[in-house]
Amino acid sequence: MKKIGKGIAAGFYPSGMSGGGDSSQAMVKVQPDGSAVVTVGSCDIGQGCKTIMAQITAEVLGIDYEAVKVVNDDTDNCPLSFGTFASRVTYVDGLATKMAAEDARRILFEIAAVMLECSEDVLEAVDSQIRVKGNPDKSLSIGEVAGAGTFGMRKFILGLGHYMRDPAAMDPETCECDPFCTLAWAASFAEVEVDTETGEVEILRLVNSYDVGKAMNPTHLEGQIDGGATMGVGAAMSENLHPFFPSLEFQPDNLGDYAIPTTMDVPDMESVIYECPSTNGPYGAKGIGEMTANTPGPAIVNAIHDAVGIWITNLPATPEKVLRALDAKGA
Amino acid sequence: MSKVIGQRVTRYDGMSHVTGETKFVDDQVVPGTLTVKALRSPVSKGKIKNLDISAAAKMPGVAGIITAADVPCNAFGLVPDQPVLVSEDIRYRGEAIAAVAAVDEDAAMEALEKIGLDIQEQQAVLDPLESMKEGAPQVRPEGNLQMWDGHDYRQVNLGDVDQAFEQADEIVESTHLHPSVEHAPMEPICSLAVPHAGPKLTVYTVSQALYFHLGMLCGILQMEPGSVQCKQWKAKTGSAWRHNTGYADVNYIGGTVGGGFGGKNDIMADHVAALLALKTGRPCKWRWTRAEDLLYSTFRGAWHITIKDAVTKQGRIIGRQMTSIRDAGAYASLNPYVVEKHCYLGAGPYFIPNVRVRGYCVYTNKPPASSMRGFGITPAAFATEVQLDKIADRLGMDPWEVRLTNAFRKGEYTPTKRVLNSVAMIEVLQNLAAKAGVELPGHLKAMASTQERG
Repeated sequence: MKKIGKGIAAGFYPSGMSGGGDSSQAMVKVQPDGSAVVTVGSCDIGQGCKTIMAQITAEVLGIDYEAVKVVNDDTDNCPLSFGTFASRVTYVDGLATKMAAEDARRILFEIAAVMLECSEDVLEAVDSQIRVKGNPDKSLSIGEVAGAGTFGMRKFILGLGHYMRDPAAMDPETCECDPFCTLAWAASFAEVEVDTETGEVEILRLVNSYDVGKAMNPTHLEGQIDGGATMGVGAAMSENLHPFFPSLEFQPDNLGDYAIPTTMDVPDMESVIYECPSTNGPYGAKGIGEMTANTPGPAIVNAIHDAVGIWITNLPATPEKVLRALDAKGA
Repeated sequence: MSKVIGQRVTRYDGMSHVTGETKFVDDQVVPGTLTVKALRSPVSKGKIKNLDISAAAKMPGVAGIITAADVPCNAFGLVPDQPVLVSEDIRYRGEAIAAVAAVDEDAAMEALEKIGLDIQEQQAVLDPLESMKEGAPQVRPEGNLQMWDGHDYRQVNLGDVDQAFEQADEIVESTHLHPSVEHAPMEPICSLAVPHAGPKLTVYTVSQALYFHLGMLCGILQMEPGSVQCKQWKAKTGSAWRHNTGYADVNYIGGTVGGGFGGKNDIMADHVAALLALKTGRPCKWRWTRAEDLLYSTFRGAWHITIKDAVTKQGRIIGRQMTSIRDAGAYASLNPYVVEKHCYLGAGPYFIPNVRVRGYCVYTNKPPASSMRGFGITPAAFATEVQLDKIADRLGMDPWEVRLTNAFRKGEYTPTKRVLNSVAMIEVLQNLAAKAGVELPGHLKAMASTQERG
């Protein structure tokens, strides 16, 4: 018999290293033609940090996204970063990049103030121009400013940024401490169909809801949510590196035996985004890279319970475990 | 008004990825590169009685072999407790003992077979629950349990949990096992080390933390003046390697990684490739097979998590005790940090005024576990969220209501007394219900994170 059930799960996750103390630096160099190169030390592991750093740089300098180049490929040239982990890059590198771009913009304003015969604080950088706020006629293209500054005034238009959260002081007995930058919030809804004859579980629907602070790039965000949910589906349904835990016997040594979900195993996924800004992150952003794998799994397990009344307390929920639990329940 | 932030701009490197233009470590071609293969332990625990590389070194096509004696500083990691190559004590099956650099894979594999290895096998402990017991076989000299401030667990203590259990209408308990999980990125572990005159070293890496590993690699490459390594290097290149290896001696090239998921936060191949490059004076590439990656790379260590909750009839969780045991494998890697993060936030997104968490980091004779997406919070989310449904089940309450009733609100604090200021648990659940087509009752719809708890 096939039975349908629904389940939910909720969660939260911090941005940046728990305990603090992690650094990232950034450099933004404005070229003589007004385009920019942003250099960071964090890796793009597929999450899209190059895109986000280019977006932040373009936003601050008021130039096109396409006019920004991102460099992050070695330690001789790139500034310090602790690395790409702990959902930290959009938040920590993002802050460093924003600071660096603002520093570069400050130099552009210095140059433009001389050229436009005005004070620096009335200037803004928009539409690839440096212009007087409220007086669009008094403007120069960013290329004119950068070129004149570089060649005419011997300026090096290089902005620097560095963000580090202080290490958290901690009480060893209570663990009282302020260990993280900010928290993002998540919840998942799963609908499953359980075959009581075979123990097979089919996930019919997966809905994921997130607070991300600020959706820096909705396309990236949706991709990250769906990708993380797929990893959550794997952990809940099929992945087990030590199937006879704690023994190492029959440990899978190929991707046929170690069963990562394929597109056939992943249901229709939908997501909904909420923006509750972080108090300090760039544009209010929070990191959600890791947490996207956290709530889909328990939502699926709870849906299995709703369908057939069994609790899977030992992942993954293989057909064998489902059948054994059904037998135990029936007995 | 944002012009670029919040826009669906095209992924920066998307086109170069999908056209195959992006170069990953294994795509780097340097003429004269040697192939590296490692001799790995066939047992989970043992002592090396004899290691003889003399016959292997004479095999055709072999350019160099390294053992523990070739590693200037043979202990690395954050703790640091892990050898690059085992000198005597084998602590997990697959631990590297020696590595060969040869002209091709066949020559390297044939040389491995000629290495004489005599191991006295010892009783391994694979079960963390057994390893915790007194008298269990010792995994590592520092002890089978990670120590924190004089305790063999990391603890969080908020309020008075025992009193909460006395006041509770219901006590709900459950135990969960979250299994070992592999990162399985598309790009397996790979490293290419290229020596230069100068002397300098370039290392192409899959690392997801370049600077973190640069410091670690420089630590491994510290060379005593007049040491074997210094002499080897000088004989090959004519110039001496700078003894106190610094960041300027090594350029770490990477930054574009074929999937990480936390599986590339530990050095796994760069040290061996670098040492062989220094020894042979030639570029050396160590590319793990998919089987090596699954069997011997880091992974999400398994967790036993036991939860006991004090609950009122109205569905409020007033006390929570969590005891969590992490199977760390043989070395620290990032395991202690994983356990710490679990303790800080493992009790979940709910305001529980009395919390006691004890997180144990237990060493066993498995390959070292380490970070994986979500660190210690992913297994906690599984355990606590299934527990929430058990509470709902016990009380005959709706799972939405139990969560919304307990969800954090602005100004409330976590188990480490961090006061929260950007809180959206209630809104995220309400949005989920709306998207999923679930009609919440009016009193749940009316809730908000900014409302003070009544």
